[in-house]
Amino acid sequence: MTGFGKLIRTTAFRLVITYLLAFVIFAGLLVGYIAWNARRVMEGQLNETIETEINSLAEQYRQGGPRRLAAVIERRARQARGFIYVLTDPRGEMIAGNAVEIATMRDLLPGWHELSYTRSEDQMTERVFAKLRLFVLPNNFRLVVGHDLDDRTRMRQVLRQAMLASVLLALLLGLIGARVISRRVLRPVEDMTDAASRIMAGNLAERLPVRGVGDEFDRLALHLNLMLNRIGELMTGLREVSDNIAHDLRTPLTRIRAASEEALRTARTPEDMKLALERTIEESDGLIKIFNALLMIARAEAGSASGTLGEVEMSEIVADLAEMYEPVAEEAGLSLSLGDNPRAIVWGNRELLGQAVANLIDNAVKYGRPADATSGPAAISISARLVGEGLEVVVADRGEGIPEAERDRVLDRFVRLEKSRALPGSGLGLSLVAAIARLHHGDIRLEDNKPGLRVVFRLPLHTS
Amino acid sequence: MFHPACHLCGRCATFMDMKILVVEDDADAASYLLKGLRESGHVVDHAADGETGLELALSSAYDVAVVDRMLPRRDGLSLISAVRSEGRELPILVLSALGQVDDRVMGLRAGGDDYLTKPYAFTELLARVEALGRRRIAVPTQTVYRVGDLELDRLSHSARRGATEIDLQPREFRLLEYLMRNAGQVVTRTMLLEHVWDYHFDPQTNVIDVHISRLRAKIDKGFDHALLHTVRGAGYMIRDGLR
Repeated sequence: MTGFGKLIRTTAFRLVITYLLAFVIFAGLLVGYIAWNARRVMEGQLNETIETEINSLAEQYRQGGPRRLAAVIERRARQARGFIYVLTDPRGEMIAGNAVEIATMRDLLPGWHELSYTRSEDQMTERVFAKLRLFVLPNNFRLVVGHDLDDRTRMRQVLRQAMLASVLLALLLGLIGARVISRRVLRPVEDMTDAASRIMAGNLAERLPVRGVGDEFDRLALHLNLMLNRIGELMTGLREVSDNIAHDLRTPLTRIRAASEEALRTARTPEDMKLALERTIEESDGLIKIFNALLMIARAEAGSASGTLGEVEMSEIVADLAEMYEPVAEEAGLSLSLGDNPRAIVWGNRELLGQAVANLIDNAVKYGRPADATSGPAAISISARLVGEGLEVVVADRGEGIPEAERDRVLDRFVRLEKSRALPGSGLGLSLVAAIARLHHGDIRLEDNKPGLRVVFRLPLHTS
Repeated sequence: MFHPACHLCGRCATFMDMKILVVEDDADAASYLLKGLRESGHVVDHAADGETGLELALSSAYDVAVVDRMLPRRDGLSLISAVRSEGRELPILVLSALGQVDDRVMGLRAGGDDYLTKPYAFTELLARVEALGRRRIAVPTQTVYRVGDLELDRLSHSARRGATEIDLQPREFRLLEYLMRNAGQVVTRTMLLEHVWDYHFDPQTNVIDVHISRLRAKIDKGFDHALLHTVRGAGYMIRDGLR
């Protein structure tokens, strides 16, 4: 019973049953309509036959009187099965015919009747339902012509049986179909449900089964798998963030705490105290910056900030920031030049895009000093170019660059390569650029500038 | 302290006293703010929730209001909208722990005039509050700014110090223009980034300092006294050193 209970709760089964019911109702209506029509036609024919018979018999009567009519009736009554013939004289006595019972119905009125009578024929008697017409001849002779309604009854029976049989057959086939379909259709769904519960139970690496037939279930499973992948990535990101926060925020916090404690213990003059407090504020500002950058990355990765997206002229941002950083680069002993910078509209957030370009140039200024004099001039070049449907902003320096093996890693949060540890920075600059690129459906590529690093920040162009 | 109502002469080191409304629910943050603003010579009223804040803002004439975004009884943005729908032009500085790009946009859209993210430096807040208060009274159609013998003509886009013509890049001109418009007042690095470059992000490095030192080389180098001063822990100020 539980198996059946499970079966009737399945969607496919319910669907099939609904169809089946509709089909049965439709079949019933159809058969009913056919029966009704057939009966109408049959009755029409019967009436016509009786009418014709009466007319011809009345003609016989007119020509040869009761005697001749009686003879004809006797002959016909013997020959024609199913027909009723009765002729009574004005007193009501039967003169000829094959149905005594009807002849005795004195109160029968002229016109059409449907009634049952007992037929006796070949030593057999049976109750028969018949349709007949009573016609009054001149001189008050009464003529009854009728016909059994056996045919109609039989047809009705046949139709009723056919209807019953077809309904039963449809039900049977439908039930079988429902079972087969629900099994076939629901197998993948059940598989998915199983996989989903295993994933929920903690096996986060598992994915929903894809059978490879490319049907709706496969597409559903594929999309759900993509969703699971994305969730997985976000969760990994989140875990990394909390690990990183634990490490990289605790370190400066520890420093602040230790320095304050130290100042409390050893500072003798207000001057010392002031110095310690200033250091504390400086360190806190650094922490706040890191915190803001982390939040910004998280928001950009979550794909929010969409409320403030709009058309942004990238060439203006690139030019603004090149101009903004030019004196900074000069002070650091580097030359900064802006190359091609074609007009290009992208759909995005001006502040975030500005931040991204600023971070790239800032990195170039920090790490762009050549390792030795033979590497060529200490130059940072900024340029933009249209590539297909996108814009590529390229920031290239002639510094030491990043080894190929480490290029992916530096996009992660807080990753700082060993040799850059001495320089100020949070290790969040490039990961923020990467997150901003992703938010704008673009990407960031790190390439070898031979020597130096070449960062390509690609954004899709906005087509209005 | 300098004499009040001298905001047009551009010689004052401190701006005239202002009447400021602070709507902040955190008691510590509020007392710290009130103390700081009073020490700077301003008259300050305090409301600890949005409803009281709105009543005060509508009942009395303030020069500036500082409104926290998250408040009990009525949140900051709704308070600002209510003030604006009453037709008040009270300059409002929005304070918020929500510091992301769209939070800022939302704060300004609601009718705030400036937005400052917590945690903030008090000097930053003071500079912004005073800039807001001044904006309300200052004559906006001034075409020539003068500080000491430094003169900036906005129409001819030229600057001179004494008899010496100073050649400025467009950005340097805007930087000097903003500093001179706020002569005698501290302007912070972020204020410069916002008003001169029109960006609100964190530029990571000391970008502004480098631009200031370039400007300083043009307007102060070779002259007997400096006009462009660094205010430690706060920002920059242009004023006539002769007082």
